[in-house]
Amino acid sequence: MKKTYKIDVDCANCASKMEEAAKNTEGVKDAVVNFMTLKMKVEFEDGADIESVMAKVTENCKKVESDCEVFYK
Amino acid sequence: MNKKQKINLIRIIVSAALLLILHFLPIHGVLRFISYLVPYFIIGYDVLLKAYKGIKNKQPFDESLLMAIATIGAIALALYEDGDYVEAIAVMLFYQVGEWFQSYAVGKSRKNIAELMDICPDVAFIEGENGEKEEVDPDDVEIGSIIIVSPGEKIPLDGVVVEGNSSLDTAALTGESLPRDVKENDEVVSGCININGVLKIKTTKEFGESTASKVLEMIEDASSRKSKSEDFITKFARVYTPIVVYSAIALAIIPPTILLILGQGMTYPTWIYRALTFLIISCPCALVVSIPLSFFAGIGAASRAGVLVKGSSFLEILSKTETIVFDKTGTLTKGVFDVTDIHPDLISKEELLHLAAHVERFSSHPIAVSLKNAFGNEADGCTVSDVEEISGRGVTAIVNGKKVYVGNTKLMDDIGAKWSECKGDFGTIVHVAIDGIYAGHILVSDVIKDSSIGLVKELKKYGIKKTVMLTGDKENVASKVAKTIGIDEYHSELLPQDKVSRVEQILSERTDSTRVVAFVGDGINDAPVLSRADIGIAMGAMGSDAAIEAADVVLMDDDPKKIVTAIRGSRKCLRIVYENIYFAIGIKILFLILGAFGIANMWGAVFADVGVAVLCILNAIRCLLWK
Repeated sequence: MKKTYKIDVDCANCASKMEEAAKNTEGVKDAVVNFMTLKMKVEFEDGADIESVMAKVTENCKKVESDCEVFYK
Repeated sequence: MNKKQKINLIRIIVSAALLLILHFLPIHGVLRFISYLVPYFIIGYDVLLKAYKGIKNKQPFDESLLMAIATIGAIALALYEDGDYVEAIAVMLFYQVGEWFQSYAVGKSRKNIAELMDICPDVAFIEGENGEKEEVDPDDVEIGSIIIVSPGEKIPLDGVVVEGNSSLDTAALTGESLPRDVKENDEVVSGCININGVLKIKTTKEFGESTASKVLEMIEDASSRKSKSEDFITKFARVYTPIVVYSAIALAIIPPTILLILGQGMTYPTWIYRALTFLIISCPCALVVSIPLSFFAGIGAASRAGVLVKGSSFLEILSKTETIVFDKTGTLTKGVFDVTDIHPDLISKEELLHLAAHVERFSSHPIAVSLKNAFGNEADGCTVSDVEEISGRGVTAIVNGKKVYVGNTKLMDDIGAKWSECKGDFGTIVHVAIDGIYAGHILVSDVIKDSSIGLVKELKKYGIKKTVMLTGDKENVASKVAKTIGIDEYHSELLPQDKVSRVEQILSERTDSTRVVAFVGDGINDAPVLSRADIGIAMGAMGSDAAIEAADVVLMDDDPKKIVTAIRGSRKCLRIVYENIYFAIGIKILFLILGAFGIANMWGAVFADVGVAVLCILNAIRCLLWK
């Protein structure tokens, strides 16, 4: 299951930190952050609850880069 | 400029002005310290705030945190030494200028590239009950609906023209500036601009499945398939910052302690200052921004030229292509048959073609079509009857009372007509006999595309070492085409599976895998070969889903010169990427060394950080100029 979300972040290095953070979130199989199109593509593990996983992804992203946003709702 | 950028610009101007004013004010001591803090906080409050959050979230290598440590450290040193706060504040100021410029430039190029890709209209017009135009969301238009496209509008969905004539501007999709004429029953693809007449189009695909939406989706996805260079940068960035930060700590402690032990005196402030310059250079921003930007700009510009690259990784591989394997039919040649010569016995050329075309009147075989096209005037009042198709032989019919045989040598042998060998060119020979007597033959052959001539020479200019042509066609045809175009090597009479094994052989014969082998085909029956080669290039793919699916690079029209465009563009883009990698890493290492020896001060460090980032971004934007 793959989904694409719009994100907002200012610097490219922060975007790759977000990618790393999203990848390491439980329930996420793989994640790619595209700084140029400001999009995050998340591949979920089978049976993961998307809403709660994305809430966790956002939380983890904010930890590594306080000034970022993931629009998952 | 967005709101955030405007506010930041004002902050930059205000603090710069304050700094200038303070420079001329004769203030000293505590008052001087406090008044210098004002511009520092104006310009740096967000960095300090983020630094605090960085500590809270245990992010020791947060860019803002390092910047905050560097500037606060510099202020503390100034307080301790000479009261020159300008440097610390200026460092913060220039850092913000650099950040501002980065955000502005990236936003700007993001917008430019989005405009390049703006091929999807967001409205469609359908015919209302009383024949009036009714605006709808293209997503809601069902297959088989009739949409109206007025002059100047973009076609929103793929379909077939049911009413009207017009010219279409296909530049946004194919990069081709020559308009294409369309009439009733012609297929049209979304993304083209209708130039002059009103068109009524019966849609054949949903919006999401239409060419324009597909293409757009593909380009947006492309930069998610990251190239090796991008992976390298990501890995580099992950180790670079920690290494520089730890070196800074070492620099602040080890040399002065050794000097102290050696009795050289107290040198801690000097070394701490040098360590602080390290922190400023510790952000890998220049690389992290400019490399993806280069790829993104390159892919955007390529799509504008009619070359769709399905991933940054493919752009990178494409630039390293050394061998190109071509499919012949439909790629180097037009893939349609034309009458290229007529050799009559007894009767005139016109008469021979005339009879042959009439006999083939009801056939839809490609050769029949070419005969009819060459003759043109089909409805000339001649009577054609008793048409009979003899499989594996040809066609016979009675034309104006005479029995005419059109077919191959077997047909001629069957009726006992004495046929003669064609001494001329290569191709398929169509023999004609009238009432059992041989009347001559017509030569029909696939025509080489005009732009295939000179293609090989152009390709060699851009680093292509070897060109190979694969074809299922006969030896004499293949050799003629290969010779005309100047192909280095060709293999004829191949079955589709032979093409795959030929490509595999070429792949296994190369000395190392960085010598990329590309395969170019028209995408109709080459899908296995397209996916087997290092990089598969499909051409003439406008509207063909299978080809778009199988290939890594898609040329929207069937002009082989686009291969040159694609390779030249990819090479340029990759050159820019490498320039940026070497330049940014080189300058950073240079300033780290200079900083360690105390030759470069914080001003130099700021240049190595934001100055380099700005230069790299400007360089990356050159990728937009694909030509």
